[in-house]
Amino acid sequence: MTTIDLGMPAGSSTPPGPIADAVTASVQSHGEKRTELKAKDLKTDQEVRWCPGCGDYVILNAVQSFLPSLGIAREDMVIVSGIGCSSRFPYYMNTYGMHSIHGRAPAIATGLAASRPDLSVWVVTGDGDSLSIGGNHLIHALRRNVNLKILLFNNRIYGLTKGQYSPTSEVGKVTKSTPMGSLDHPFNPVSLALGADATFVGRAMDSDRKGLTDVLRQAAEHQGTALVEIYQNCNIFNDGAFDLLKDPATGAQWSIPLVHGKPLVFGPDGASCVVRDDFGGLRIAETNQVAADDIVVHDATRQDPSYAFALSRLSSQDLRYTPMGVFRAVQKPTYDAMMTEQVDTARAGQPADLGALLAGGDTWEVSA
Amino acid sequence: MTGSTPTTDAASPADGSTAPVATSAPGGLVKSVVELDRVVIRLAGDSGDGMQLTGNRFTSETASFGNDLKTLPNFPAEIRAPTGTLPGVSSFQLQFADHDVMTPGDAPDVLVAMNPAALKANLAELPGGGLLIIDSDEFTPRNLAKVGYATNPLEDGSLEGWQTVPVPLTAMTLDALADSGLGKKEAERSKNMFTLGLLSWMYHRPTEGTIRFLERQFRRKPEIAAANIAAFRAGYNYGETTEAFAVSYEIKPAPMAPGRYRNISGNQALALGLVAAGQRSGLPLFLGAYPITPASDILHELSKHKAFGVRTFQAEDEIAGIGAALGASFGGALGVTTTSGPGVALKAETIGLAVMTELPLVIVDVQRGGPSTGLPTKTEQSDLLQAMFGRNGEAPLPVIAPRSPGDCFDAAVEAARIALTYRTPVMLLSDGYLANGAEPWQIPDADSLPDLTQAVAFATEPNGETADGTPEFLPYLRDPETLARAWAIPGTAGLQHRIGGLEKADRTGNISYDPANHDFMTRTRQAKVDGIAASIPLTDVEDPDGDARVAVIGWGSTYGPIGAACRRIRNSGRKVAQIHLRHINPFPADLGEVLARYDRVICPEMNLGQLALLLRAKFLVDVQSHTQVRGLPFRAAELAAVIQDAIDSTTAAPANGVLQ
Repeated sequence: MTTIDLGMPAGSSTPPGPIADAVTASVQSHGEKRTELKAKDLKTDQEVRWCPGCGDYVILNAVQSFLPSLGIAREDMVIVSGIGCSSRFPYYMNTYGMHSIHGRAPAIATGLAASRPDLSVWVVTGDGDSLSIGGNHLIHALRRNVNLKILLFNNRIYGLTKGQYSPTSEVGKVTKSTPMGSLDHPFNPVSLALGADATFVGRAMDSDRKGLTDVLRQAAEHQGTALVEIYQNCNIFNDGAFDLLKDPATGAQWSIPLVHGKPLVFGPDGASCVVRDDFGGLRIAETNQVAADDIVVHDATRQDPSYAFALSRLSSQDLRYTPMGVFRAVQKPTYDAMMTEQVDTARAGQPADLGALLAGGDTWEVSA
Repeated sequence: MTGSTPTTDAASPADGSTAPVATSAPGGLVKSVVELDRVVIRLAGDSGDGMQLTGNRFTSETASFGNDLKTLPNFPAEIRAPTGTLPGVSSFQLQFADHDVMTPGDAPDVLVAMNPAALKANLAELPGGGLLIIDSDEFTPRNLAKVGYATNPLEDGSLEGWQTVPVPLTAMTLDALADSGLGKKEAERSKNMFTLGLLSWMYHRPTEGTIRFLERQFRRKPEIAAANIAAFRAGYNYGETTEAFAVSYEIKPAPMAPGRYRNISGNQALALGLVAAGQRSGLPLFLGAYPITPASDILHELSKHKAFGVRTFQAEDEIAGIGAALGASFGGALGVTTTSGPGVALKAETIGLAVMTELPLVIVDVQRGGPSTGLPTKTEQSDLLQAMFGRNGEAPLPVIAPRSPGDCFDAAVEAARIALTYRTPVMLLSDGYLANGAEPWQIPDADSLPDLTQAVAFATEPNGETADGTPEFLPYLRDPETLARAWAIPGTAGLQHRIGGLEKADRTGNISYDPANHDFMTRTRQAKVDGIAASIPLTDVEDPDGDARVAVIGWGSTYGPIGAACRRIRNSGRKVAQIHLRHINPFPADLGEVLARYDRVICPEMNLGQLALLLRAKFLVDVQSHTQVRGLPFRAAELAAVIQDAIDSTTAAPANGVLQ
């Protein structure tokens, strides 16, 4: 099996001392690290308790099928989640995991990833968890560029609390808490992430196994924080939320597939395309009305996030013209690597002598 | 030693003085030296006058000279309130002595007032006859009007009850720096160093340390360093030559246990204690913190010690600070978060998660006046019940408190020991007085600190088996003695498991909504915390005669004032026992029995009776609460009066039993 470069530091970067000792001891008693896995190796004995027909099942299966291709041992993967339907995810993955509290998964995962650069740390969260109660942690994780992969399951509804509108629900949404329609304007999670200067932002559909796997793979390869928005159907409280994009009759018309290096042409027979507008942004055009050279060629590696942001603004809250794929993937130093570097620099310059530290500053001797 | 023996903790200097010894100063001026056993000095000025720096330097010199000391910095929450106003007054008080002192002193013997506002804000606390040094240059009509003085107190006779010495500190500083090339405004800023020089002369303080400090501090601005040193020397020389000060004072070094000492503040000691705990456990220390007064200095200090593998993370908010610390703990680090009361309120939910996931975590609460934003720079002990109960559900956690600035070091090591041994969040309650106050600290031998490696013991092998005999890891299988659960960290092959905030099934840690299991787990978590009592010392009672009928019980920073009050009581011929708690949850195993022995138990606290409430609830002891929430430590004299009343109401007062 070929493994991909995950940007993990080479060799053992497990912190020395009891942590490295425990890791080494366990590996020795197992012979060696087992990195060749199958999907079933990642399943647990816990009964999956999402509603029958929930989009989360599809995502779980896709993740379990895809993760073995990374060549990472199960024990080196950690999944941290918050609260909500999606946040039950860790219980079904035979890795290390923490099902934490509402909205705080990125913060908890940041501490773990920053202190254990030898681990592959994933966050599973939902639209309420990451964009409402945990909005602050999400944007700060993104700007810091900690080595985290954040999977944001967006079903545009609060499912676990039985059907209130969420921060991604469309204006006017009639729910139990908004009988006359919701008043607040939704977040576009991709725009939000790009506004926070996220180094990797992608979007995929739960039911599109190939597209989802492709985006997940690129996210895993990315060094730094990767945000993947996954449109996920809640068949109980918001059924059909993404049908416009899923329905073979309308999907092609309203989705814009993002392929790095390829012109942004979409729709039945490639009838639609993306061109620059007069104000530095992007707009939709009919392919046969513009010169081929005017069609934007997708470049996910542009350092300036404005282009990716403009892409994210093509779609409206009714999901027409929704780009799917990787919006942005740029290289920047990761927070955890820089933190490790500072520790290493300090260590190289000064021995860790506790006695000398305690006796620092002006001292005096009292003799007997 | 020629002064009085250490009796009371804050008497006027006259009590301990001997007859002046005449000496000859340069210029033929006859000066005398008076020996004192203790002095309390308060420096007061505008927030921009550098009083904290002046106080800290005087403290350092005094500490290295060998006096025992305690300090009380007292400053406004505003960085710079409008110049010359009452809200902008910043002060620094220290008591130093030729014997051990327990408090910064109830009232100053000497007040230095750098402007009319400082005089107005502090004069009432200077006892009659006390020495009052005033920067007369600042007593301009405009400055006087700012604080509502209709007439100049230097001229209207209102200061006659004190030994008032007006000194043109500003003008003399400017004179001294006439050739420095600095502008007037810049040169004026050195007047605090002029003042420090004068005080250094008055109290025979060594000067080399301050000169070295100024050279170091202004390494990149040699002209500023030179100006400050020139002002400092000019102040010293002024004292030596002026007729305004005929007397200087000598306070001999205090006898201390042999060893090497340094001066240390509570926040500094706490930070070093955390580094030590990391080193002694072998675990990397991870601090997740958000800036907050008065805890930020711990973050600052720890961020300097990366060479010890310390990682400090300045989070986006208080919740992220503790979240990151808990995440690091999950990964096998010693996770720590530092904050003050408002931050603890925000962290409550994550503390609950740490209780449920049973991961080690140290939460440091440097308490300040509350509720809400309260008094950010003032001290209080009002977070005890928040620490005990401020979470949803039954969420017990151990609570410990240091008693002095230096003791913050030991308390930090002890917090880490409990957290690691029992896999539990631990609340360490410091406060603003301990955090910013300083004292001489005997530097411990690093190798003699507690060995915490045994407390860690990560699991590396399965500890159970499934029904069909397959080995499996049970994350909630407990050590029968400590009830600590097995701790396996990510990266450990074969022990993958999931934890979280939902109720855990016993042994497996799987989600469980089973009624009996929840009841069992709730009681087990409580039993685990209660069981920590087995690992802590029995109640430490200080009762020299062993037959006191009245006990005073306290926790945290009230140790000094209570101890000083008890000395006064004993010196008056009465008997009193002092009990001071390091561990507030759980209490020492014998505490209930101990308290029941006394006719009266008094509990002074800087809150409205939170420990008293716990003691009454737990032991049905009729604890008499004595409380104060002024944002300042107790005065020893006040406490002594309260204790005396309690003693005299239970037994006949001794003959001549007058409090000193």
